[in-house]
Amino acid sequence: MRTSSEMSRPIIDVQGIGKRYRIGARRERYLSLRDEIVKGFRRVVGRGGDSATDFWALRDVSFGVEEGDAVGIIGRNGAGKSTLLKILSKITPPTEGTITMRGRVASLLEVGTGFHPELTGRENIYLNGAILGMTRREIVRKFDEIVAFAEVDKFLDTPVKRYSSGMYVRLAFAVAAHLEPEILVVDEVLAVGDAEFQKKCLGKMGEVARGGRTVLFVSHNMSAIQALCKKTLLLHQGRFKSYGLTNDAVHEYLATAAPTSSFERPVQGNGEPTITKGTVSIPKDSGRDELDLAATILSDRSVRLGLDVFLQDANGTPIGLGGIGVRSPETVIDVRPGETTVRWFIDISGLALGSYVMSLLLQHPNVAMVDRVDQCLAFDVNRPPKGVATHVIDQRWGHGSVEFRTGIINVAHSPKADLPAS
Amino acid sequence: MPRDVEYVISPPKGVLSLDWRELWRYRDLFLVLAWRDISVRYKQTVLGVVWALFQPVITMVIFTFIFNRVAKIESGDGTPYPVFLYVGLLLWQYFSNTLTHAADSMISNSALIQKVYFPRLIVPAATAITALVDFAIPAVLLAGLMAWYHVVPHVAGLAILPVLLLCAVMCAMGAGLFLAAINVKYRDVRYALPFMIQVVMYVTPVIYPVAMLDRHPVIKGLMLWCNPISGVITVARGSVLGAGTVQWDVLGISLLMSFVMFVAGLYYFRNTERYFADIV
Repeated sequence: MRTSSEMSRPIIDVQGIGKRYRIGARRERYLSLRDEIVKGFRRVVGRGGDSATDFWALRDVSFGVEEGDAVGIIGRNGAGKSTLLKILSKITPPTEGTITMRGRVASLLEVGTGFHPELTGRENIYLNGAILGMTRREIVRKFDEIVAFAEVDKFLDTPVKRYSSGMYVRLAFAVAAHLEPEILVVDEVLAVGDAEFQKKCLGKMGEVARGGRTVLFVSHNMSAIQALCKKTLLLHQGRFKSYGLTNDAVHEYLATAAPTSSFERPVQGNGEPTITKGTVSIPKDSGRDELDLAATILSDRSVRLGLDVFLQDANGTPIGLGGIGVRSPETVIDVRPGETTVRWFIDISGLALGSYVMSLLLQHPNVAMVDRVDQCLAFDVNRPPKGVATHVIDQRWGHGSVEFRTGIINVAHSPKADLPAS
Repeated sequence: MPRDVEYVISPPKGVLSLDWRELWRYRDLFLVLAWRDISVRYKQTVLGVVWALFQPVITMVIFTFIFNRVAKIESGDGTPYPVFLYVGLLLWQYFSNTLTHAADSMISNSALIQKVYFPRLIVPAATAITALVDFAIPAVLLAGLMAWYHVVPHVAGLAILPVLLLCAVMCAMGAGLFLAAINVKYRDVRYALPFMIQVVMYVTPVIYPVAMLDRHPVIKGLMLWCNPISGVITVARGSVLGAGTVQWDVLGISLLMSFVMFVAGLYYFRNTERYFADIV
């Protein structure tokens, strides 16, 4: 039996959570025992080792989530969203503060965690289910449902290494979607799969949220957040910014986080090439309806990479993707050790009036993401009507953000048409 | 909502005790991970089983030739040398396989560790089960080998076998847990490990009987106390083959030291595991 006082206690109670990382002066991912011994020796001799600097990825964050609520977590890159998710899912412990959870938690920080390519679809359902915290009995009970949702019944006994990437993602999401925890923590897993499948995923998430489960959802997709979440937590540079109704939070996010026409960021320290600088400008000569872009990539080796630009409008709705070298091998960027700066342009003649936000995605074409900088650049489209047009469509009209180029092929008249008798 | 699952996440302090209830809740994952490794290994059934047999058999043939025929090392108790050697090799390979796989397990499962929570202990612990399967397959061959050489196993030895296996599992797990934890922190450990394992094999009575060291009591004592797998091999040979009596003193030392190793490894692992996701 529940008492009324228990009813009012939040299912997730976060009190002053903070996480400190220690960043060594030298940016090394792994330590080696040999180096450690050398360092220890130096310390004894008195020459001193490396001084480590502290970095708070998250600090003083408090909020409560009521049972059955779907809560969004938003913020720009480096706001601490991922760190918060990792603490909530017990993957890493906090440095300070406490979180009280009153229910079973399942976290979904990635789709298909632990999938093994050599195992069949059937075997991977059991493997992945167990990894996500389902018992064997639960998996057996939901097996048919999972297979039906993933639409892979014909390939159940084929090793997943032979699956298309679409099938792989569908199967992975299907397992995750059939978890039944009291609390579900979800990272941007919806950023995978084709549009139709994404819609299916969003639908399933909405179902989960409406079914009385508590959902925490991190995303850069403001329309998904607005569709799913009643309340939203806004983080900024590891600090609590606001917590309230989703529409207010999204507004505040887009207003305060409005990025500029250029950015600089530190090396990411994972050994991979990093985007360190970027600029965007609209050329002065108004004859061109294009955007000039520049990005600087820091690398310690020679590598050929592609760069995608991902565009969102002022509401966070995805507009489109365009890039160099990703889907066109002849324009691949030749990155050399040191800094490589690439300048390119994109055609924006079809965009409606209003503000846009860009993300840069650096990748090995068709292989893997190397670096991504989310919502790092912004620009406004503000151009006069061209040709015979009297207006340029505006984002705020709510018809979307793309204006199609149209033209008349011909207009035919037939004066003897039978008009309906009135 | 169920009250029994209420829990608090807070900064870790002091020595962590094992949460047995949580480990029990994750028993399915433990079995599934062990099953995954076995299933992937033996996916191509014929090749997998052949490979599991190939390693100890070839080693036995070569070692018998070199150490028995050429270097004249004998079992010392009348047991045919190939049988004597094969028992040592089986137990040794169980120990070294568990060690190697456990040490590597946290790295090879790093994707899991960074994305999902579960008691980290499950990952290296599952390797002990996997290695047990790798042990069981060539162990079947031992029966054939004994029949060939007309060696009849003693009942005392067969009765004590579970205790010996428990002892081997504990000391392999203890060392494996320690290596798994240290391997996460220092990535060059994995390069040093094959060499270390090779060296330890020569200070373990695999190819020679421990009785050969009777004139060096200090070294013999060190071997039995510091390297519990030595005792396991010695007792297994003495009780199953040879005289058919259990050397209780040697078994006692091995059990005690295996337990100490297991607890020490577990303690070290538990106290570093909380930061694995940050550094792995």
